[in-house]
Parts: sequence; C-alpha cells; structure tokens
Amino acid sequence: MPLIELLDLNQRHGPRTTLKGISLSIEKGEILAVIGPTGSGKTTLLRLIDQLDTPASGKVLFDGRDVTPRLRTKVRRQISMVLQKPVVFDASVYDNVAYPLRVRRGDRKAIPEKVNTMLKTVGLDGYQKRKARTLSGGETQKVALARAIITDPQVLLLDEPTANLDPVSLNSIEELILRFNRDNGMAFVLATHEMAQGQRLAHRIGVMMDGELIQVGKPADIFYAPNDVRVARFVGVENILKGRITANEGGLARVETNGQSLEVVTDHRFGEEVHVFIRPEEITISLQAASSSARNAFSGQVSLVALSGPYARAEIDCGFTLVALITRRSAEELGLKVGQQVNASFKATAIHVISLG
Amino acid sequence: MGTLWDAVVQALHLIVSLDSEVVDITWRSLRISVASTLLAALVCIPLGGLITFRSFHGKRLLINIIQTLYSLPTVCVGLLVYIFVSHAGPLGMLDLVFTPTAMVIGQMLLITPVMLGMTISALGAVDKTIKDTTLSLGASEFQAIWAIIKEARFAIVAALLLGFGRAISEVGAAMLIGGNIWRYTRVLTTAISLATTQGDFALALALGIILIGVAMIVSLAANMIQQRR
Repeated sequence: MPLIELLDLNQRHGPRTTLKGISLSIEKGEILAVIGPTGSGKTTLLRLIDQLDTPASGKVLFDGRDVTPRLRTKVRRQISMVLQKPVVFDASVYDNVAYPLRVRRGDRKAIPEKVNTMLKTVGLDGYQKRKARTLSGGETQKVALARAIITDPQVLLLDEPTANLDPVSLNSIEELILRFNRDNGMAFVLATHEMAQGQRLAHRIGVMMDGELIQVGKPADIFYAPNDVRVARFVGVENILKGRITANEGGLARVETNGQSLEVVTDHRFGEEVHVFIRPEEITISLQAASSSARNAFSGQVSLVALSGPYARAEIDCGFTLVALITRRSAEELGLKVGQQVNASFKATAIHVISLG
Repeated sequence: MGTLWDAVVQALHLIVSLDSEVVDITWRSLRISVASTLLAALVCIPLGGLITFRSFHGKRLLINIIQTLYSLPTVCVGLLVYIFVSHAGPLGMLDLVFTPTAMVIGQMLLITPVMLGMTISALGAVDKTIKDTTLSLGASEFQAIWAIIKEARFAIVAALLLGFGRAISEVGAAMLIGGNIWRYTRVLTTAISLATTQGDFALALALGIILIGVAMIVSLAANMIQQRR
C-alpha cells in the first residue's frame, strides 16, 4: 500500500484553477521530486499533502485512510514540511528544534539529547543558544530541516529546499536528504524548479505544468523520454522538431523534418506525425566529416556561441537550427566562432520521438 | 511666581519625604490600574486571538468598531458603569458604586478597545507562515495560536502597557464611579483635580509629577520592549 495516495485532486484559488486532476502515489521510503516552473502548482500540491489546505475536490489518503478533518493533526504528526521560505520562531535555535517534540507532549527528558544530536547531524552543534532569527540563509534552512526531521516523520515535504543557497549549503542539504532517506527510510517529496536537483536526488520525478501533472517517471525517462513538448522544454531538450515518419524497418525509422531526413530508433509507424526531441548535449560538433557511429550528420554554419560556466552553447544552422551543448574546452579546441562551417552529428538512439497531438 | 516656586519645592518635599497621603494615593492608583490592565489582558489576548484567526462575517466591521472605541470618552464609560452599578441600576444589589472594584471595572472597559485593537494588529503582524509552520510541525490549532501569541509577545506587552497608561491617567470614570473618597477611592487623577480646586498646589503638583513619572516609565518600557525586537 502506498504511504500517500492522491486521488483526482483539484484546487482553486478564487476563480483560478491551480491544480487539475492530480492522481499520484508516494511510496514508503522513496524520494519523489516534483519539478516544474514557478507557478505550476508544486507548492499548492505540497500544502494539500500536508493537510494545510483543503482541496476543492479529490482525496488524500494516508496509509490507505481518508484524512478527515478530525484526523488532520494526527496525520500531520507523521508528515513534516519545510516551507519554501522557512521561518524560524523568534527564539533560540534549541527552542526552534525542540518545538515539534514539545507540541507532541512526549517524554520531556528525552528532548535535550534528541535536539543536541540533531543539531550535530545538521552541522549546527554549538548553535543551541543562538537566536534563530540572526542566522544566515543556509543556517536557517538547516534549522528548519532539523526541526522538521527531529520527529522522524514518515515523509518529509520540502518546498524548494535549496533555493537561494550557496553551493556549499546546497550540497550539505542534499547530503542530509540522501542520508535520512538511506538510514531512516524517510520518504521525501521535494518540489523544485531545478531539474538537475531532481535528477541528483530523486527515485522518481513528477513534472507539473499549469496545475497538471504531465509526466511521472524515473529521472532517466523524464530527461531522455519526455512525453510532452512542455516537459521536453522544461528538462532542457532544446531541439524540438516536427516531422513525419517516412519509413520504419524493424525499429530503425526515417523522419522527414524541415526538408532533411533523420535516422531514428523508434516504434512509431510509417506516416505518423511526430515531435522529435534531441538533447543539446547529444550533439557532437566537429570540423571534419562526422564520426562513423553517428547515423545523423549535418553540415552547417555556426550562428551563435554563448559561454556559460564550463559549457558552451552553440547554434548551428543546417537548414534547421540545431542547438549543441559542448564543453567550453572543446569549443576552444575547435576554435568555435560565428560563421564557421562545422559538422553536427548525433546517434539515432539519441533521439526521442513522440506522437504529435 | 513666588507661590508657584514654593509649591514646586513643597511638592518635591512631599515626594521625597514619602508623605503618607501621597504614598497612599499613588499606591491605590497603581493597584487599581494594574488590576484593570490584567483583567483587560485576560479578555483581550484570547479574544484578539479568536478575532484574528477565525474568519467570520463582519470581521472587518468589528475591527473598525473596536478601533473607533479607542477614543471612547472616559466620562462616558464612567457614566455607563455608574448607571449599571448605582443602587437603581441593574447591578445595584452588588453595592459596587463608589468602590475600587467598580473603578477597576470602569477602567477595564475603558482600555479594552485599545488593548484589543493593538493585540489584533500585533497578531496580524506576525508572519503568516508561522501558523503553517507550527501546523506542519504537528501543532494543534490551539498550540498554533499560542505560538503566534508568543511571536507577538513584545507588541502585546506594549499594548498592555499602553492600556495601563490610559487607565492610570484617566480622570472621568474614576471620579464618577469611584467618587473620590479619601483613603478609599481617591487616586492620582481625582486627587489632583480636587487638590487643584482647593488651591493645594503643592499636593496637586506632587501627584502630577508622580503621574507623569509613571506615564514616562511606562512609555519608556514600551519603547524599550519594542526595540528589543
């Protein structure tokens, strides 16, 4: 039985529909990332799971039971949530982290040891007496996480857990998530607009767009086999072409697009109108004719080179525009510049095809 | 000019020498005002919480009415309470008229609107996400409200101090309900009023200095508490 089951959840804020027909299961001990652009309904979804809001329609089952208003506090005590901009109480770090234990009215004598151990775990040992409101962003996030984890909930909901954090704090928060998942079997649902974070942490990813859950699957499926153009765009597929299957022999198909022909490994049948997705990092750029293993090779002119950290993004006009993402070092070695003639190639297996419509 | 100077010197002497009349009046004033402040707080904090956290029809109107009542004329409150507790009034059998108890009730009614209004603003100023945070950490509705009250504690204490300041410095209600009875219901303000009309400027000034002193300490304390945030 799944830990949490969402059945056809709909939510409205005034006249606006913010969630449309969400059905989803969250298994015990899994890390599920909900990714999607800002305003796609991720926070709304987490708030419904945490029983902070009531859905316009639909149900949330926890451990197979419908969560009625009477059960809310009881269920909430097995779920924890760290809000997008976590607030700490105007009290010491110790009192903040001890809060969830105190409201549960458990063994008061056990609180100090639990709090101190938790603070050590999140790397805030010695911060006990500090005023929580005077901490930095990263430290505040850690206090919020410690406070949410200390009751050992069955599932922890994290809303943009690392937004606005420096890389060092980000790493340590991500390590904590993985550690609690591994050691305590704690399930996580994390909402993030950062697809890479979903890829790093999650067992499964759900992609939300405009209040709808468009695709749920393993990270590799989401990144390499998106089932929707919006998902493809969001997960960084920069080459999205429309075309038609003109031949398919045993799974090796031809797609006519923009007057060019691509070789594609796909089950889509002859005559089907399709969308073709090619991730930019799948495209190899060379100055000579393409390597033999790549089925698809086009020559074209570089129309744009943009450097971004250790990567270079190049647009190549081959009758249609191909976007390639290569390392900055490769770009330098090729002497890549606008106007240059290059060869762009990619494998038939590097292409994902979906039906149009 | 000479008379005024003599009065000031005599007033200071009354204060420094802890004149029994001055001490008696001051002590009664403090007791009655502290009692009315604490009683008002017992009503205003829970009621303020209820008004802030429950949504109901006419909430905005209710808050507007509370705010309008900030400037409730003290003499009107005095009149109202007098009508209720006078021997012919509905609470006449309790024999409360011209007693310190009646004064406490009057002052409490007088300061409740301002204390309640300020409590509501104090609670409303607490970050909205605090409530969600407490609930998501497993707090019950009641525990969540308590946490918000704790977050607003400095502003609420400031509201209490403001109420106390209004209670101790009002004269209309104290005069009407208390009757300004010597050694029984005579407080700083009513005593100043009487001493002035009798031409006892030294006593009036001494009590005036004490009243201003108390008011200043209260407002200083309120400011310091606010700045601690």
